Amino acid sequence: MLAFRLALRNLLGAGLRTWLNVIVLSFSFIIIIWTKGLLEGWDRQARNDMISWEVGGGQYWHSEYDPYDPFTLTDSHGQVPAGLEAGVTDGSLVPLLITQGSVYPRGMMHAVLIKGIPPQQKVIELPTAYLEAGEGDVCAIIGEAMAESTGLKEGDYVTVRWRDRNGTFDATEVKIAAVFKTTVPTVDVGQIWLPLDKLQEMMLMPGEATLLIRGPEAGPPPVADPWVFRDQDFLLSDIETIIKAKGSVGLIIWGILLMMAMLAVFDTQVLSIFRRQKEIGTYVALGMTKSQVVGLFTLEGAMNSVLAAIVGALYGIPLLLVQAVKGIKIPLSSSDFGIAMAERLYPVYSLWLIGGTVAIVLLVTTAVSYWPSRRIAKMSPTEALRGRVQ
Amino acid sequence: MKRVALIFLLTGCLSSLHAQYPDGKQLLDRIDRNMSSENRVFTSTMVINGRRATHTIKMKTWTAGEKKSFTEYLYPVREQGTKMLKLENQLWIYSPSTDRIIQIAGHMLRQSVMGSDLSYEDLMEDSRLTDRYSAVVTGTEEVNGRDCWVIDLKAFVPEITYQGMKLWVDRERNIPLREEMYAKSGTLLKRTELSDVERIGNRWYPRRILFRDMLKDGKGTEFIIEEIEFNVPIPDYIFSKASLKK
Repeated sequence: MLAFRLALRNLLGAGLRTWLNVIVLSFSFIIIIWTKGLLEGWDRQARNDMISWEVGGGQYWHSEYDPYDPFTLTDSHGQVPAGLEAGVTDGSLVPLLITQGSVYPRGMMHAVLIKGIPPQQKVIELPTAYLEAGEGDVCAIIGEAMAESTGLKEGDYVTVRWRDRNGTFDATEVKIAAVFKTTVPTVDVGQIWLPLDKLQEMMLMPGEATLLIRGPEAGPPPVADPWVFRDQDFLLSDIETIIKAKGSVGLIIWGILLMMAMLAVFDTQVLSIFRRQKEIGTYVALGMTKSQVVGLFTLEGAMNSVLAAIVGALYGIPLLLVQAVKGIKIPLSSSDFGIAMAERLYPVYSLWLIGGTVAIVLLVTTAVSYWPSRRIAKMSPTEALRGRVQ
Repeated sequence: MKRVALIFLLTGCLSSLHAQYPDGKQLLDRIDRNMSSENRVFTSTMVINGRRATHTIKMKTWTAGEKKSFTEYLYPVREQGTKMLKLENQLWIYSPSTDRIIQIAGHMLRQSVMGSDLSYEDLMEDSRLTDRYSAVVTGTEEVNGRDCWVIDLKAFVPEITYQGMKLWVDRERNIPLREEMYAKSGTLLKRTELSDVERIGNRWYPRRILFRDMLKDGKGTEFIIEEIEFNVPIPDYIFSKASLKK
């Protein structure tokens, strides 16, 4: 307790030097918590949006389906396995048929993925009800990014060209029944959605699908060989990897900040030990052991981070709270980024994040404070009392 | 009674009109004799008229029927030495910059060659119309000052790129001067204009073909045959993977 009081008094007594250290260290606290919170918020939002718009409770893939190889689409379709037919009938499984094609808006050709989905599905958030046929038209829906790249808008007619299962070209005009807004570019960019039965008819593939999406609340997935079940973790692994990669960039930034703060603490400690030799000698003369004096100086250094946590909390809590409630506007759209990203990100600050950050900074500061303080153990007390440089 | 007589008269007129037209199948056979061969070796230039720029590609191709084809790019410099081998439904591409051979799935054959209006299938296959289409001569029209038969073609094999075609065939030389390819729905997809028809050996052959995707704007892709030889002996090694790296 004596050591704590002494350390606090010494620290506060150092005045501006202490407060400069504390402020720099508090910036580190806030930046670490802010960047981590932002990534956590993005991760959570991306996961939720992808589950709502695309992944559902997992997917059954046709054994040949590879989303990274569009050439596999020609072979990756088949009848829904017998064990899953009931799910399709009751709506807990949504069949999707995917093929390659082209659309020709304003005399330009755009390669697209044509996706067929039942208009009455309720598993994912796509506004598929717009696909219900209207007076002889084949209705289609597209996302905002697709609408922007092709110049299409609601009510437009566009020619779609595809090859059926025999490789024979066919083409028809479809009506853009709706343009939907989504944060998930993988259901938007370069895609056009048609009613499943229409696409099956166009492709000469009645009753066939490329994949099936499960409802998020469905129980354990039944086996449906040779179709492969892909769970949420598998389907979201890409976004997790990307966010982790982004996280490592954030890590570098706060690493630099932390290093700057630690340098300041280290520098202060070295300076203190150099300038306060008489004080060190007095402590030893008064009966403190060398290790107790080392402990005192280490505590002084470490208390920088405690003060920084308090100062950081004073301005950081309101700042971070406002961002958590109001969100941060992202200048790029999700299609620019290529991954699920909302226009406004809401950082998430968990107790684990805040506590972990405080613990890490405290630990590093203590280590950095201890490092120069070890010199005290080698000092001669009498020389120290005389104030001679050792 | 008068009506019946009128119907008979009209039917008679129509059948005599059709009797003046050659048999569709025979006409297709005559076209095939001009356009198809057991094998051929040709050097060609492909001019791709894009929206922003025009690209020119020069290549030499060895083709044997529908199943074997070998192409080497001669120009531009960055593509020089790139070779493609097609055997049945498989395609291998050799790129000298990486010194690697990549095998590409059969579906790639349906993709456009370097942004042109031609697919690898169009470029590398020489298939006979009579093997795939039945034909009916529907009339006569003039194309580029030449009298032509107009023929409607309908595919009788399921696995085919275009289910319907319409040809304008030079009545004298039995060579199509215009072709239109249709989707199953009847939408016009592609039009080719064949010109600079020359006598090469015992056949007529177009030196210049303009391919146009009718669903998009643009000037299309021009295919110019600079040199061509029909039914010349092609060594077997040409159609082997070993020749890709030679």
